[in-house]
This record gives sequence, C-alpha cells and structure tokens, in this order.
Amino acid sequence: MATLTLRNIKKVYGDVEVIQDLSLDIEDREFVVLVGPSGCGKSTLLRMIAGLEEISGGDLSIDDERVNELPPDRRGLAMVFQSYALYPHMTVADNMAFALRLAGVSREERMAKVGEAAKILHLEPLLDRKPRALSGGQRQRVAIGRAIVREPRVFLFDEPLSNLDAALRVQMRIEIARLHNSLDATMIYVTHDQVEAMTMADKIVVMNAGHIEQVGSPLDLYHHPESLFVAGFIGSPKMNFIEAKIASVGGDGTKVALSDGTKVAVPVSGGGMSSGDAVTLGVRPEDLTAVANDQATGGDLAGRVVVAERLGGETFLYTEVLDGQTLNLKGPGAMTYRVNDAIRLRIDGATCHLFRDDGKALPRLARNPMADLDAEPVAPGAAG
Amino acid sequence: MALFRRETQRRVNTLPLVAPSVGVLLIWMIIPLVMTIWFSLQNYNLIVPTIRGFAGLDNYAYLLDDPALWTAMINTLVLVGSVLAITVVFGTLFAVLLNQDFWGVGAARLFIIAPFFVMPTVSALIWKNMLMHPVNGLFAWITRSLGLPPVDWFADVPMLSVIIIVAWQWIPFATLILLTALQSLDEEQKEAARMDGAGPLSMFYFIILPHLGRSITVVIMIETIFLLTIFAEIFVTTSGGPGLATTNLAFFIYIRALLEFDVGGASAGGVIAIILANIVAIFLVRSVARNLDA
Ligand SMILES: Nc1ncnc2c1ncn2[C@@H]1O[C@H](COP(=O)(O)OP(=O)(O)OP(=O)(O)O)[C@@H](O)[C@H]1O
Ligand SMILES: [Mg+2]
Repeated sequence: MATLTLRNIKKVYGDVEVIQDLSLDIEDREFVVLVGPSGCGKSTLLRMIAGLEEISGGDLSIDDERVNELPPDRRGLAMVFQSYALYPHMTVADNMAFALRLAGVSREERMAKVGEAAKILHLEPLLDRKPRALSGGQRQRVAIGRAIVREPRVFLFDEPLSNLDAALRVQMRIEIARLHNSLDATMIYVTHDQVEAMTMADKIVVMNAGHIEQVGSPLDLYHHPESLFVAGFIGSPKMNFIEAKIASVGGDGTKVALSDGTKVAVPVSGGGMSSGDAVTLGVRPEDLTAVANDQATGGDLAGRVVVAERLGGETFLYTEVLDGQTLNLKGPGAMTYRVNDAIRLRIDGATCHLFRDDGKALPRLARNPMADLDAEPVAPGAAG
Repeated sequence: MALFRRETQRRVNTLPLVAPSVGVLLIWMIIPLVMTIWFSLQNYNLIVPTIRGFAGLDNYAYLLDDPALWTAMINTLVLVGSVLAITVVFGTLFAVLLNQDFWGVGAARLFIIAPFFVMPTVSALIWKNMLMHPVNGLFAWITRSLGLPPVDWFADVPMLSVIIIVAWQWIPFATLILLTALQSLDEEQKEAARMDGAGPLSMFYFIILPHLGRSITVVIMIETIFLLTIFAEIFVTTSGGPGLATTNLAFFIYIRALLEFDVGGASAGGVIAIILANIVAIFLVRSVARNLDA
C-alpha cells in the first residue's frame, strides 16, 4: 500500500539545475517506468525518492506523509542498483537478511523470510554462496531478493537489467512483471530499453532535460504523443519526421503538402493553424508501406533504398525521398528490395501525426482505441 | 636439452630466462647466510684473538642459556605486536576520516602522511629531546602546567616510549594503504547499506572493515618485516636500556657484535633472529593466504 506524490521537486548541484519543478503522482501498486535520454535526470530523481540524494526543493510524500527529511531506511523503500551492489563478503542469505539483521529481527525469523524470498526467485540452492560465485542473472535475482525481504512499500529499480544479455533480460523482465503482480507493490523502474518500458509499465514517464515531457500508458504515448520529443522517443525504430506545409484546415482533419506537392490528410485538429504554416509530419516506420510500381498512384513518394537491414522476420529499409530526406520503413521479412533499388512509399494519413514548429503535437480528432486498453496482466508463473 | 619445448605445448620453458636473476639473488642471499652460520659455529671474539677455532654449538648453548636473549626476544615480539596493533587501529581510523570530504582535507592528508618521510634517527631525536625530555620536552611542560610531576619517559616507561615513536612513524604507512583501499569501495554498496538501514557504526563494522581486511593483512605483513629489525630508534633513544628493557633482537646482536666484539655469539643471535622471523612469517603467510582467499 503506497502512493507517492512528488510536488514541484527540484534538484540543483551547485548552480546547475538538474531537475526543475517536477510533479508526479504515482498510484498504489502502479508500475511506473521512467524513460528519457541519458543525463536527463532519471537516476537523480530515483535517488531523491530513495533518500540517497538531498531534495533541493518541493515535497515528496509517501502515503500523504512528507518524507523529504526522512533517512533512506525509514522511508520503507528498497532499491535495486544497476551494479547490483551486493555485499561481496557476505553469503547470498546474509546479503538478503542484512536489513533485517540491522533492524534486530531474530535469526529464525530472518531465515524464514529469506527462505520465502529465495523460493519466489529460485535462489534456494545458492543461499550459501558468495556473490562472486554467481552469474549475472543470479546476482540480479539476489539484489531483487534483498529488496523483497524488506517488504518495502515501494520498489525502486535503476536500470536493473542493463548488464544482462538479451535472453536473460527477457526472462528477468517477465520475472519482475510477475513479481509486481504477486507482491502488489508499487514499483518505479528506470530503463533505457523500449521493450522493457512498453511491456512492463502501467504508466510511462518520459523525461527530458530535467522535466517531464509526458505521462501516460505505453500505448497512449505511442498513439498520442503530445510532442515531437515523445513521438521520437517512444517507438523503435524512431518515427520519421518530414517537413511539410499546411494545405488546408477542416473539420475532418488537416491537409498538408510535402515539398514535392504530395498531399496527405491527417485526422488532427488544425485549430490555430492556417495555410502555408510550416509543420512536421510524423509517420512511424511500421505505418509506411512500399508499393509495387504497377500499383502506384499519384500520392506515393518515389525514392531509393540506401540501407536494407534484414532481421529474418522483418526488414528495415532506409530510403531517400524528397531531395535527401530519409524515411525509414519497417516491413515483412519477405521484402526483396536491395540497396539502390527504386522504391515507392505510401503514407497513410490516418496514422500520421502533425507537430507545430514549437514541437507540440496537433491533437488528434479521435482517440485510438488501443490507447485506452488496460495494460495486459501477466499470469503468475508465466516465467516458468 | 632444448631450451623451448615443442611448440604444440604452448607453454614456454621459462627456467632459462629467469635463471640468471634468480641465481644472482640466491648468491646474494646465500653467501651472507652461510657466512653467518659459519661464524656462529666459530670461537671468534675480536678482543681475544688468540682463541680461534671450531666451537660447535657452544655459541648457541651459551646464548640460549643467556636470559638476555629471551628478554630480547620477548621485547621484539612486544614491540612488533604493539606497534602493529596501534598502527592498524589508528591507520584505519585516519583512513576513514581522510576519506570524508571536509574543508582542508588535502592539508590534513599531507600532515598525517608526513611522519613517514622523516628519517628514523631524526624522528627519534625529536621525540627524545623535544617531546619526551623530562626537562625540555613538550610533554613535561604540559604536565608541569597542569601542576603534575613530569614523566621521565625513557626511564619510567622505556618500552612504551619506543612503541609510541615507532608507531608514530608507521601510522602514515597504514593510513595510506588503507585510504587507497577505502577509495576503491563501491559507492553503490555503501548506498545499498544505507538503504538497508546501516548507521555509521554498522556501516563501518559490516561493510568497511570486511572490505579493508585484505589491505590490513598487507599492512601487517609489510610492517612486520621492518618492525622485526627496528634499530635506529632504540639506538638513538634508550640504547636498549635501562638494563635490557628496550633491547630487541636486532639491538641484542649489535651489543654482542660491536660492543662485546663477540662475532661468533652475534652470528648465533643472527641465526636465532632468522628463525624467529621465519616463525612469524609462517603464521603471517598462513593467515594472509586465508584472508586473500576470502
Ligand atoms: N554529483 C553531481 N554533481 C553535478 N552534476 C551531477 C551530479 N550527479 C549528476 N549530475 C548531473 O545530473 C544530470 C542527471 O544525471 P542522472 O544520473 O540523473 O542522469 P540519468 O537520466 O540517470 O542518465 P543515464 O540514463 O545516463 O543514467 C546529468 O547531467 C549529470 O551530469
Ligand atoms: Mg542513470
């Protein structure tokens, strides 16, 4: 049971303001993922919540109690560090029991709790080992176990999986998601990994240069980015941006003209815009289609393939259109285009986004039904 | 014999390559050792040059009968043990202190390290004449200002005085080694401990001390090697006295060789010192091996 409230949180180092005036509400049992480019202040924010870093201004409350001045161990939080930060001279069991030992919990009770956590994380055979004798994934599990044993109100994770290989990352990702469901805990999770953010989060917080760009569910951010920054940040490969000019504004959408005169109708409200205004057209690589020459119509862009990346199941094409602008396209694995082939790209206006020249998105006329789908719950035991 | 084994074996036979230097070192070590052992079996006193010849184990028998040898041995162990204990404890404390960020930490580091660069004879003289002297010394002045009788350090507590001087010289070494070890302690580990509820004391006991274990063993090893042969400080301050109160093995051998001119007896003392050093070394190496393993 824990809700977190951040009100006008500030962090300054000397005279550098790393986080400016940040406010955020985190509901009980929510899985919140913080994403953003390197250096935008994610770790700093997490460490301020943890109590490892002083809060320069604003209020941090847990369950409506202001905790700004509370030392880390009294806030009822547990943190999993990127480097695991296990105590190298203690066994796995002692590592996990350390907090309880300091709290004066009796030995039997300690061991019982450690046993419980070890069972959840499949660590029982490793309890007597030192961290040195564990693999990366096992160390990560011990670090999580150390957090679980304390029964914290809130779990904090700072890029916990970034040192693991891809396969292990998938497994641990599922395990953490499962843990979130079975523990009913509030979790705050910092990551660089798109897939982690999209799959685990109830709520993604996109940060940029010390402030919040947008908060929302993964699909909300994907379908309704409020700014050029969020649109470019969420989704992989990155959304394509094409320079365009407003052609006409109407009740059923806004029409823009590309530099070669191609017209695209986008279902966004063009309130406040007028013909001729410069805008940016955003189209995701997965919404672009390549059309065969014999099916081409006037609205297609002619271009040339620059790089083709074939992943087996899917193909990424990097193409050059409209005098040197690059458009990336994500297509099926069976695409036969080669480098330097001519290609015709079709833009489906219904899936496009428009951004004003200050970076703000023009609001869509209708919400995408996917954006309001609840996050898929993960069945307990899914990790096997 | 081929210098290098077949190439498929990958490992080069390094013996011919290291042999020259090992050989030189061996000669370097073996000649003085053999000479010492040889002299220790001779009747060889510079004052009575007429009595020469093979003495068998007479020198040893005479020495082992001499209570002064046992006193010297005990003094050596007391000196080494106390200085080790003091330097490790204070070295750890200073290292923890100097690892903090406070105003003037750079200067503080310099001051704490400085004694290491003072020659043993010079520091012993300073302690003897400027600090511990019962008339001119700073300590005497302090006790006098407090209305107390001054302590005549080298007469009343000679061993303690020597221990203090030697410890003062070696604390910087321990501090330096332990400080570098502290700086290699993972910051996230300390933060994890803080989140787990460790205050300063439990942090020190559960996280910092175990981390320092290895370096403490290294400090003890290296210091022991030097402390077993402490000489200059004793020579300058107490000359082994009063009586035999501060005579350690090194000083005992010096008395035999250069005050009594008994080369044979002194050599026998030297061999005994080697044996003592080896016993200490065996204990040390075993405990270190255990510690380095952990
Ligand atoms: N002790 C410090 N003194 C001054 N500036 C700092 C300090 N710690 C962090 N910063 C600055 O604060 C900003 C945010 O750092 P932070 O570690 O929170 O970034 P991050 O979002 O976690 O980045 P990454 O994704 O690379 O981990 C950075 O610009 C960094 O240079
Ligand atoms: Mg970070």
